[in-house]
Order: sequence, then structure tokens, then C-alpha cells
Amino acid sequence: MTQLEFLNIVTPFKDKVFRLAKRLLVSTEEAEDATQEVLIKLWNNKAKIQEYKNVEAFSMTMTKNYCFDKLKSKQAQNLKIVHSNYEDKQTALQKQVELNDSVHWVEKIIEALPEQQRLIIQLRDIEEYDFDEIAKMLDMNNTAVRVALSRARKTIREKLTNTHNYGIK
Amino acid sequence: MVLNNIEKLLEKYENGETSLKEEQVLKNYFSGSNVAPQLEMYKPMFTYFLANQKEQFTKDVPLKTKQNFNYKWISVAAVIVLMIGFYIGKVNHSNDLGTYDDPQLAFNEFSKSMELISNQFNKGTATVGYLNEVNKGTSTLGYLNEIENSTRIIFKN
Repeated sequence: MTQLEFLNIVTPFKDKVFRLAKRLLVSTEEAEDATQEVLIKLWNNKAKIQEYKNVEAFSMTMTKNYCFDKLKSKQAQNLKIVHSNYEDKQTALQKQVELNDSVHWVEKIIEALPEQQRLIIQLRDIEEYDFDEIAKMLDMNNTAVRVALSRARKTIREKLTNTHNYGIK
Repeated sequence: MVLNNIEKLLEKYENGETSLKEEQVLKNYFSGSNVAPQLEMYKPMFTYFLANQKEQFTKDVPLKTKQNFNYKWISVAAVIVLMIGFYIGKVNHSNDLGTYDDPQLAFNEFSKSMELISNQFNKGTATVGYLNEVNKGTSTLGYLNEIENSTRIIFKN
């Protein structure tokens, strides 16, 4: 398999891998490293790639496992991943302070969710995968995914309502 | 009417029962500008989801064609080179001088080469012939005996 063929397989979902990694690891740099790591692992095992039924689902599972490993090793070292995604949002900030602020709230709320729910929200609401696909990726059954998703969505809505109504009610 | 529909969808959504299509309807509704005020709090959530879909992995993928250079192959190559070297050396230095099938021819060749040897040998012995001169010299020394005889006679007296 040449590099071009490999890239053709990988390109459609490499952003999804990155976003999933970022959802779990929070920091952009860590997520980039994780994505590279996952892609390199795929590349090194390129001989087996044809055997996988669904390369995308397989990569997502791989990413999930890799991130969990990362998080575990970080916790073991008692190091917290400090995320510092510095960006120059000067113009956007001035225009949409309010919107950005509430969107930022959503990010914070999702970050506070348990890892499992974070994963499911990411896969369902952002990447828009089927329940069956999510169940396969996370090695869970369909109903468990639905229940976790429902819990996550309710939590987000409750917290958002609280912040939204803060100072009013 | 639309609002009613959206509210129903939201309830289903929270129970995790919506299909992807229905979720798309919700996302479209909340990304629009006319969101009902009582549903305002959902807006950032769906905006966030939509915004996050656009985030991309910008780092390039470092695909190295694995340079799995095995040093053991160097030793294999060295052994092969050595063996070829020995083989070629052996071929060049073989003792095969050729042979004759006809005994007569073989005898002729043999005698020819023996003649050559004896010729050279005779040349050698010819130079040894000078030794005869030495013998001549020593024989003349025999005259010294005569002198000795005469001296003996003298001393007897």
C-alpha cells in the first residue's frame, strides 16, 4: 500500500479521530499527538488494513483506548493535563462575546461529564454516528449507549438552563 | 405548530430516542435566528455541536516508509562475498596441468622435458670441470716432496 492510498483511506476520518481525542484529552497538543500516534499505528499495520471491516470504527476504538491509556498514565503520575489552547480570537471576541461565552459554557459542562458520556456525546451529537456504530466502537450494547446519551443530554440541558436563568429566577 | 414539533423532538432528544435526521432538524432550527425565547438555552448547545464538527486536524501525518534496515543482512552479504572470493581463488590456482592420452606422445614429451633437464644439468657440471685445474695445482705441489727429501738428506748429516 502506498502513502497515497493510505491517505485516501485515512483522510475522511482523521478529523474525527482528532476531535474525539480532544474531547477526552482536552488539550489540542495532546490530541494532535494522539491522532498522529493512532495514524502511525495504522500505517505500521497497513498490511492488515484490508482485513478490518470498518477502518473508521476501528480507528475510533483505537483512539478511545489510546486516550484512556494516556489519561491513566497521567493520573498515575499525578499530572493534570493543562490545556492552554491559546488563540487569537480578537475580532471574533469583540463581535460575539455573548454567544462565545455561552458556547464556552457548553464546553465546560461537557468537560465536567464522565468520560463515557463525553465520548458518547462526541460520537453522537458531533460526529453523528449511528447507535449501532457507537455501540461497536465503545464495545457497549445499544441500550446502554442510549441511556448514557440521554443522561448526558439531560445534564447538559439542566446546567445550561441554570446558567441561562442565573440571576433571573 | 413548528414550535410544538420542536418541543416534542426535544423531549425525544433528551431520552436519546431521536434519529439522526430528527437531530439534524433540531440543529437546523437552533442554528437559525428565530428561536423561541423559552428554548433559548438550547441554542448554545447546538451551536457548539455544529461548531465542533468543523474543527480539523491540521498537523501533517509523519508517514515514514519504515526503514527497517536489518544489520544481520550485512553479515549475510559479507559471508556470501567471502565464499565467492574463496571459490574464485580456488579456480585460478588449480593444479591441473593437462594430461596425454597417447602413451607414445606422453613418452616423447617426457623424454623431451628430461632432455631439457639434463642439458641444464650438463651446463652445471661443465662449470664444475674447473675443479680439475685445482687437482692439477695440487699435483704440482707434489714437487714439494722432492724439496723435503733433499732437506731430509741435509739434516741427516
